[in-house]
Amino acid sequence: MNAAIAALAPDSSLVAILYIVSFSLFIFGIKLGTHPTSARRGNMVAAVGMAIAVITTLLLEGIGNWGIIVAGILVGTVVGAVASKRVKMTEMPQMVALYNGLGGGAIALIAWSEYRHWIEQGKEAKAVLKDLAMVHGATPDGASAAISGIAGPTVSLEVLIPTLLAMVIGSISFWGSNVAFGKLQEIIPSQPLALPGQKLINGALLAILVAGLVYLGINNEYLDLDEPVFIAMLVVAALLGVGVVMPIGGADMPVVISLLNAFTGLSAAAAGIALDNTALIVAGTLVGSSGTILTLEMATAMNRSVANILFAGFGSPATGGGGDQEQRPYRSMNAQDAAIQLAYADSVVIVPGYGLAVAQAQHAVKEMADELNKKGVTVNYAIHPVAGRMPGHMNVLLAEADVPYDQLREMDEINPELPQTDVCVVIGANDVTNPAAKTDESSPIYGMPIIEVDEAQQVLVLKRSMSAGFAGIDNDLFYNEKTAMVFGDAKTTVQDIVAELGNL
Amino acid sequence: MDLVTEITILVLAVFVGFEVISKVPTTLHTPLMSQTNAIHGIVLLGGLIVVGYSDDFLGQLIGFISIVFGTINIVGGFMVTDRMLEMFGPKKKKPAEASGEDKGGEAGS
Repeated sequence: MNAAIAALAPDSSLVAILYIVSFSLFIFGIKLGTHPTSARRGNMVAAVGMAIAVITTLLLEGIGNWGIIVAGILVGTVVGAVASKRVKMTEMPQMVALYNGLGGGAIALIAWSEYRHWIEQGKEAKAVLKDLAMVHGATPDGASAAISGIAGPTVSLEVLIPTLLAMVIGSISFWGSNVAFGKLQEIIPSQPLALPGQKLINGALLAILVAGLVYLGINNEYLDLDEPVFIAMLVVAALLGVGVVMPIGGADMPVVISLLNAFTGLSAAAAGIALDNTALIVAGTLVGSSGTILTLEMATAMNRSVANILFAGFGSPATGGGGDQEQRPYRSMNAQDAAIQLAYADSVVIVPGYGLAVAQAQHAVKEMADELNKKGVTVNYAIHPVAGRMPGHMNVLLAEADVPYDQLREMDEINPELPQTDVCVVIGANDVTNPAAKTDESSPIYGMPIIEVDEAQQVLVLKRSMSAGFAGIDNDLFYNEKTAMVFGDAKTTVQDIVAELGNL
Repeated sequence: MDLVTEITILVLAVFVGFEVISKVPTTLHTPLMSQTNAIHGIVLLGGLIVVGYSDDFLGQLIGFISIVFGTINIVGGFMVTDRMLEMFGPKKKKPAEASGEDKGGEAGS
């Protein structure tokens, strides 16, 4: 201790207090995040908290292997910094999915390291016992036999159980998140993919996992620790993560990402208990709460339970509602007529969906709104909670295009105003505007709260074709007599409308 | 620290977390998620402890990977959140409407 002022005893009060400071800053940072104007400062505050936590840990007495530590931090910093500069706002769901996975993966690896550490300790203890027996005159074989019957010291369940939980949850989160990332990035098809009997397989995997954990928990003597079984459980958890997320379709991604976020947080909290580290416990729990809140909000916004989303894919083609496949009549319109209709409106509400993100149309949409504003038209945006691929996805895209946040209106807030709205423009959204959710009890989305676009005076739907949405359900809105379809790529169409508005 | 203390901390943190986070408006949910990504990068601490006290090769390798993962989370998470929140913040005002900015005006001098 006297050699360096910097070295801190791991169990000293100073370390404990520094960790308390750091998690307080996390909480305060998130609290500042409750308002758009202070959120950026809040993020800085949380980052300072993180810096304190990391530096405190680096100063712990006895920390060695500096080469590995510095190399790891360097690689991570470069990758993280470059990725954060390059990622497009439309790609945020992928990025968050990937980061959830990295966090979970790190936890699973740390749990594995801990377990290996105990095995090493067991081996050392065994060697000491053997030496001791040989000193007392036993042959090497006799010594081995003598100590084999001794009930050795045990790993306390207080640390073993959280370690096992951290391993399992971390591994599920890592692999599940990677699949979610693959689907969002379209490396893996975003449609639901499942093996025949996937639910049975998942059930069996879960059963094996529980049995394996119980086995590992019971055999908690140092000499009984079983690394092959531990690794097998890492793999089973991985298969379960893949098996659960693979059958989930693109439109349900907001729920999945939030849930995996919660999982990663929980695994961090479990690791915190195992490592006796309050900063990890509190930070992990905060992330777990955040993920849980978002998961529940997303599920409510779809009027489905989390279990239903996870275990009953939307995949099957729509049977209810539009069982008949006949062509129904609809009205289509070109960009010029659409521009005229918009220009003569008093109020316009834009309803963005994932299609807007895919087409990167956010800047064009903002230009259109500016043109309309110049003509004295009021423009607002109606954001459905599950529009896009993650919570708040549309808000970020529109903020990127400099849309003031007070024009971004939540569903419950804007729905009562829609009957007085002259024109609703639906851009790349589908299921969240489907009136069948209110009227058709046989529809799979019946009961889901929607943006009541059909209440507006006129509706323009910007869409590539008449194909059904991700849920595979026909949308009655498109055949409504108030509705005109404007076909084409969302960005091109909006740019055409902007050009036409300029000519008016 | 004993288990009961740790569970006490955990339970209190759940309540604090729910209380604070449920007040975050929908508009900011994406930055909230990327910020929580950064915060769970706190697992870096676990990686540091594991590597710092480990002396076998595989243990160090596992620890190295977890350090890389944790650091990516922290650095990438905070930076991308900052990038997003910058877009939500007060816009660079056009000169005509900059009347409120005069108090801090000497910053440029």
